[in-house]
Amino acid sequence: MKFSDFITSDAIRAEVTATDKPGVIEELVDALQAAGRIDADQRDDIVASILKREELGSTGIGRGVAVPHTKHPSIDQLVGTVGVSADGVDFDSLDGERVQLFFLLISPPERPGDHLRALENISRQLRDETFCRFLKQSKTSDDIFQLLQEADDDQFVSS
Amino acid sequence: MTSPPLQRSVVVRNPEGLHARPADRLVRTAGAYTSDIAVVRDGQRVDGKSILSLLTLGATQGTELSIEVDGEDAPEAMAALVELFESGFDGDAEAASTPNPGP
Repeated sequence: MKFSDFITSDAIRAEVTATDKPGVIEELVDALQAAGRIDADQRDDIVASILKREELGSTGIGRGVAVPHTKHPSIDQLVGTVGVSADGVDFDSLDGERVQLFFLLISPPERPGDHLRALENISRQLRDETFCRFLKQSKTSDDIFQLLQEADDDQFVSS
Repeated sequence: MTSPPLQRSVVVRNPEGLHARPADRLVRTAGAYTSDIAVVRDGQRVDGKSILSLLTLGATQGTELSIEVDGEDAPEAMAALVELFESGFDGDAEAASTPNPGP
């Protein structure tokens, strides 16, 4: 699976302004709503559901990366977006580090395979330090979108 | 006294596969032992103590993985890791289709 299969370019946020975990999640879910990927009347439920998942264990998987996510019945195909926070946010990460890169995913309830393949792609690309560093330095959503495209073309790591 | 390196095959049983939470469980379990721990899928060999690495396996339900453990506490580490897989990561709470009714 490639980034272009699930990342909504119009929902990418290069300058996340929120400074705490719930704020970041709301900001990115709102971005997906503004891009027309989720229904307005589902917004609160999706935010609550992602926060509930975080209670089971932070999705801050280390290296300044978090993958907040949930399954939601209002979604019929995997949608996601990317947010970058210059200062980083305390996300209760597994390694204790602040999180600068957020990949937020919402998947249909009965498609665990798609979610795993998205995680596989994200983690594989993020193991490349250059890709990670470029992402963190991105100033605009266009920069990020372009980086994701380059990653999709295997310019950072070979698949 | 040293133990020889150990290798065991396991199958991912939980319906959601080896997603973030089970991978976290695996890393925490592996981290309790000093042995080197690797997880292998079709020749792709990753560090069992790195969640980012484990997620690159993209292991769905039914995927066969090999666990390799090398170090002084290898037998104990292997037993704990195999138990995790066999229990389907303790039912994998995140996968539950109904909310946990518990206390």
